[in-house]
Amino acid sequence: MKLDPRVPTGPIQDKWDKHRFDLKLVNPANKRRFEIIVVGSGLAGGSAAASLGELGYHVKCFCYQDSARRAHSIAAQGGINAAKNYQNDGDSIWRLFYDTVKGGDFRSREANVYRLAQVSVNIIDQCVAQGVPFAREYGGLLDNRSFGGAQVSRTFYARGQTGQQLLLGTYQALSRQVAAGAVEMYPRTEMLDLVVIDGRARGIVTRDMVSGEIRSWVADAVVLATGGYSNVFFLSTNAKGCNATAIWRAHRRGALFANPCFTQIHPTCIPQHGDYQSKLTLMSESLRNDGRIWVPAKAGDTRAADQIPEAERDYYLERRYPAFGNLVPRDIASRAAKTVCDEGHGIGHGGRGVYLDFADAIERLGRDAIEAKYGNLFEMYERITGEDPYTVPMRIYPAPHYTMGGLWVDYNLMSTIDGLYVIGEANFSDHGANRLGASALMQGLADGYFVLPYTIGDYLSRHMGEEPISADHAGFKSVEDEVEGRIQRLLSIDGRRTVDSLHRELGHICLDLCGMSRTQAGLEKAIGDIAALRDEYWQNLKLVGTNEELNQSLEKAGRVADYFELAELMCRDAIDRQESCGTHFREEYQTPEGEALRNDEDYTHVSAWEYRGEGEEPVLHKEPLEFENVPPSQRSYK
Amino acid sequence: MRLTLHIWRQRSSRERGRFETYRLDEASPDMSFLEMLDVLNEQLTERGEDPVAFEHDCREGICGSCGLMINGKAHGPEKGTATCQLHMRKFRDGDAIRIEPWRAKAFPVLKDLVVDRTPFDKIIQAGGFISVNTGSAPEANLVPVPRNTAERAMDAAECIGCGACVAQCPNGAAQLFTAAKVSHLALLPQGQPERWQRVQKMVEEMESYFGSCTNFAECEAACPKEISIEFIARMNRDFLKSQFRGS
Repeated sequence: MKLDPRVPTGPIQDKWDKHRFDLKLVNPANKRRFEIIVVGSGLAGGSAAASLGELGYHVKCFCYQDSARRAHSIAAQGGINAAKNYQNDGDSIWRLFYDTVKGGDFRSREANVYRLAQVSVNIIDQCVAQGVPFAREYGGLLDNRSFGGAQVSRTFYARGQTGQQLLLGTYQALSRQVAAGAVEMYPRTEMLDLVVIDGRARGIVTRDMVSGEIRSWVADAVVLATGGYSNVFFLSTNAKGCNATAIWRAHRRGALFANPCFTQIHPTCIPQHGDYQSKLTLMSESLRNDGRIWVPAKAGDTRAADQIPEAERDYYLERRYPAFGNLVPRDIASRAAKTVCDEGHGIGHGGRGVYLDFADAIERLGRDAIEAKYGNLFEMYERITGEDPYTVPMRIYPAPHYTMGGLWVDYNLMSTIDGLYVIGEANFSDHGANRLGASALMQGLADGYFVLPYTIGDYLSRHMGEEPISADHAGFKSVEDEVEGRIQRLLSIDGRRTVDSLHRELGHICLDLCGMSRTQAGLEKAIGDIAALRDEYWQNLKLVGTNEELNQSLEKAGRVADYFELAELMCRDAIDRQESCGTHFREEYQTPEGEALRNDEDYTHVSAWEYRGEGEEPVLHKEPLEFENVPPSQRSYK
Repeated sequence: MRLTLHIWRQRSSRERGRFETYRLDEASPDMSFLEMLDVLNEQLTERGEDPVAFEHDCREGICGSCGLMINGKAHGPEKGTATCQLHMRKFRDGDAIRIEPWRAKAFPVLKDLVVDRTPFDKIIQAGGFISVNTGSAPEANLVPVPRNTAERAMDAAECIGCGACVAQCPNGAAQLFTAAKVSHLALLPQGQPERWQRVQKMVEEMESYFGSCTNFAECEAACPKEISIEFIARMNRDFLKSQFRGS
């Protein structure tokens, strides 16, 4: 299989304009004849469904939540980047492009990233027009703040709830199309498989999460906007329901999975406090603008924070990275936290935490100013920990947060299955080996509002006037049978262990051996451990109840079964990539100072894996990456 | 912590429900309320009993999925806190806790503690948006919005759509939810062109599902985002004005 990224020719700044002209159009009367399925209603899926509905396509949008408004984009706190240069501090499309390519440690596709930076400015316009109440200056114009990994202030925000406000904007646009009859919304409906007929994505099979009904849906194109797979680690900042089933099922049907080992561990989360813990809560990294990160300089120091004098504290990020200090990119901040904890300087439960201290900022700016900026985050912290961060430094520790890997897509955001598009976090395209803060919201909305609506028309225009197929087609029936068989198999195991206990164990394996730092031996052990646990899963899982009811354990069981397969691929990819880049840190490959050491000669490519059947080794395909505009350099934030 | 839990169990919307009592000896003060229920569910599953269905997703107090009546209060005893952010340190060892689903005619129970909140979506579909097609937006800084106005709009826009306002209201009214969206959009210059038509359509849709507001203000007390009932006054004012302006 040859991977063709379909990147247009010409100078990078002209590629998207030229490409938009080259894309074929579907005339308005014909758009009505096309049926498009969008799975997921977050920033990517919601914006795509709304925009396609506005264009005149007939759209069906599915989500597992009870309402489109609850997709996990809603939990993003810090903000959204755009190259508006409103602060006159030297920002530009080119700089956002440069920062994103560099931040991704030269493992993303230049052309996609440039386009992302280009359309970023349109996103802010669109959101403001929708009524997103972004923070403003006293003159009434939009405010910005700086964010991890950038030296300019280009981040737009709405208190600590930017994701919520952007998602509600999208949800409102979507609701308008639902009211207009252009989009049919199917909440509490989970996609359990993809239907591919004659090499083309022709629909999906879903389960109604209230009645258990398994049903087929036919379409001319299918768009997956189902987010990432951080929940493979069990404990992550993702919502409990976030899952990889849609992309994993599509992978099994022929969509290549790209860079699965690129998973981001976010530096500023509330540390774990007990074994019953169900998820980890992110504290926006905007806190790093004013908070100073430190640990006791002496290993094993158990004194309370206020008992440790200034001279006996180690502000390790400021010490190691004087230029960026506490604002170094996420991968670097996370790894540094792990290092100091591994060396015995960690604080709190199990020695897995570092301080994020606002004492200096409160002294400099006053408590009111800090409250105005971060009040809701401080409140959230206090609710969870019972500690007051205005007087006691916050405790933070890294947690799985975002996955840069995902289904491989070309410049049009189409996967290796004809007619299957993948947008937002679910694809791999824009963030390389590490995502910069405030870029996920940007990518989700870029894909959904401003990229997919153009590129999907080009595909559909080539299928004008073809005979429609129906859900009675044998291709649908056989997938329905497989889905039902799988559910029955899960329900009939009748073992002794719950889904959560097995998932938790899988998470431990992944985090220990395929988390912030990785080794060949550890990864090989992980693959063995995962396989053994997967065998136990299929022999010893206990589920109560039936398919024909609202059954939350059954929902989880199907998702966790897919995580086992995905976890193994993640480890395989991490073994294959014998270099350190971005979040992928192989201990064997580091500089004398302990920084990631890339191997550009052998690994300047996207690793895209092909599924070959259960028990078969996946096959690796490579998409070479070329850096014509941002020459690869060792990332330095010193 | 040892707890006695009285939990509403109902197999489906077609069957009658009842309270069941469970003993839980393994709660910890640092657990969230939902983690406490997770522990109960693990035990029920191991015993072969049906685990308690409850709605949850982000567990960070922002998605609005979760919502339980805890000892008769929507989202429980802590002010301004969604169920998922409520922690067991707010309870005492030996407590008995009564856990019910949202109680409102417009939100039928689907199973145990899970209810159907579709009418909220219908209210937004009726007009809770600004009509702007993708691509047709003007430059973002073209229209300045006074900082205080933007902040006030944000106060309303923070609504997470959980339904606590309805559940706590003796009339099962959805005024606070509807008013929050009406006010968010009516405060901003971008929301002006559709302002009068929007309030009429949304109020009309709301009244087709929910009870009427008689100013108990229970909604404000129950709201996890502490959204003010001033927005209800604002909506009523706009609704009245809209009658004179026509649609």
